[in-house]
Amino acid sequence: MSNVLAVLEQRDGTLRKVSHEVVTGARRLADGLGGTVEALVLGAGAVRGTDALGSFGADTVVTATNPAFARYAPEGFTQAVAERAKAGGFGAVVFAASATGKDLAPRVAATLGVALAADATDVAVEGGKVVVTRPIYAGKALLKVKLTTQPAVVSLRPNVFTPVERPKAGAAQAVSVDAPAGREAGALDVAEAPIVISGGRGLKEPANFKLLEELARAFGGKAAVGASRAVVDAGWRPHADQVGQTGKTVSPSLYIAVGISGAIQHLAGMRTSKTIVAINKDKDAPIFKVADYGIVGDLFEIVPKLAEEIRKLHG
Amino acid sequence: MKIAVCIKRVADSETRVKIGPDGKSLDEAGVKFVLNPYDEFAVEEALRRKEAAGAGEIAVIALGPAAAQETIRTALPIGADRGVLLQADRVPADGLETAKALAAELKAGGWDLILFGKMAIDDYNHQVGPMVAELLGLPCVTSIGHLELAGRKGVAEREVEGGLEVVEFPLPVVLTADKGLNEPRYPALKGIMAAKKKPLEVKPATFGPGGVEVLAMLPPPARQEGRIVGEGAAAVPELIRLLREEAKVL
Repeated sequence: MSNVLAVLEQRDGTLRKVSHEVVTGARRLADGLGGTVEALVLGAGAVRGTDALGSFGADTVVTATNPAFARYAPEGFTQAVAERAKAGGFGAVVFAASATGKDLAPRVAATLGVALAADATDVAVEGGKVVVTRPIYAGKALLKVKLTTQPAVVSLRPNVFTPVERPKAGAAQAVSVDAPAGREAGALDVAEAPIVISGGRGLKEPANFKLLEELARAFGGKAAVGASRAVVDAGWRPHADQVGQTGKTVSPSLYIAVGISGAIQHLAGMRTSKTIVAINKDKDAPIFKVADYGIVGDLFEIVPKLAEEIRKLHG
Repeated sequence: MKIAVCIKRVADSETRVKIGPDGKSLDEAGVKFVLNPYDEFAVEEALRRKEAAGAGEIAVIALGPAAAQETIRTALPIGADRGVLLQADRVPADGLETAKALAAELKAGGWDLILFGKMAIDDYNHQVGPMVAELLGLPCVTSIGHLELAGRKGVAEREVEGGLEVVEFPLPVVLTADKGLNEPRYPALKGIMAAKKKPLEVKPATFGPGGVEVLAMLPPPARQEGRIVGEGAAAVPELIRLLREEAKVL
């Protein structure tokens, strides 16, 4: 039997949504290892949202407070997490593969002298060992690996481990787990947004991305705008928005590709999306091969109509 | 300014991935290998820093098979001074083993900057840079999109979800480069010729057992064949209906 440490993230004193996914993944491992989940969050003071963690599967929630923990700082966070991981004798330590998690998890693993399986899309326990499935070559293949060092350190790809509400005993059980969207500071990032609308060369010029931004707004703060490599390389959109093998790999519940033909390196970055919609004037474009639903035609007519219909739904 | 750039030889991003006969690795037949795209930004940044400092040395270090010498040669024309290949048949599945081998090589080098790409586009580990920093006890900023150096101090910007983090650090430091850090230059013919004469040292890499055992490499789950809903704006109401009633994502 061994327990699992779930390392959570907060921003401006509020738990980040991805933390629910981390607890969900940690719970799955703890069930396999026959142990409990300890959720650890580092903050300058009390962190809003931690009271709901029991219903996602956390047995205990530890808030480590220090004025220096208001913002992420690699050295201090590495030390605090590594010390807790050592002291608790955990079988596994779970992070989000977010910007912070990608920075923190390798440092903690190196400090502990153990392996890290990064960007997992599935975790399981087989024969008492943690087994991780993770996309490689931007999702063109999956690698299934067994972690043989203890604790097993794993980071979870955002948007994959759907938080599950559990009727489990716990101090926080009575608290509602309805995490409202839009509580986070700043704009939604394409890697974490539940809906991603990406544009390519078919938009003809940078100014036309406003069509996609309007469509994103119609979804009421749940959508982010992404871009193909071609338009990023052309300087139309910031590189932070690029979806593909040399950009971000995304797994939103809805991905809408607008005016994107579907180069292999782009498809690699978005093929794990739950539902894919493609809008393109060329009916033979490769994007239609991976799309669940396609519309052939002029995006300049289709996208505004789509935004109008979505607004009606949310109206 | 002494700068080490750690690079990797990877399968080109246009590669159609085929799984090899062992069921655990890439079938390399017909695959084109290139310098990891994120490492191009690290190499370019090293060059710019050396130019700005007016003097210095750039070493390009790779861990990989003998063929990675070619990858090092592609990085040398654009201004690096020498190459080091830590030769191994395979790059370990455990990134910490790679980090240990690189850290051992870097340890006594007296480097001011140690640069990496933020990740390799083959194994997507994004971990070797910060692990090397941790093993060497150096500060580290990952995924940087902007860098300023003044004397023995620096400021870097890194993108986080919905914002930027601005990080100050002292030298020596480990930095990992994101796309956008700079615009890599193309090597001039003169540089390509000169690179052939630059020293490239090859030494064997040694590893421990590591903590990652590869069980299988699998094709991604096939997506169900989709369908064209219709043509033009007239198809939008039907799309909305399908997204609501069939896919249940709205």
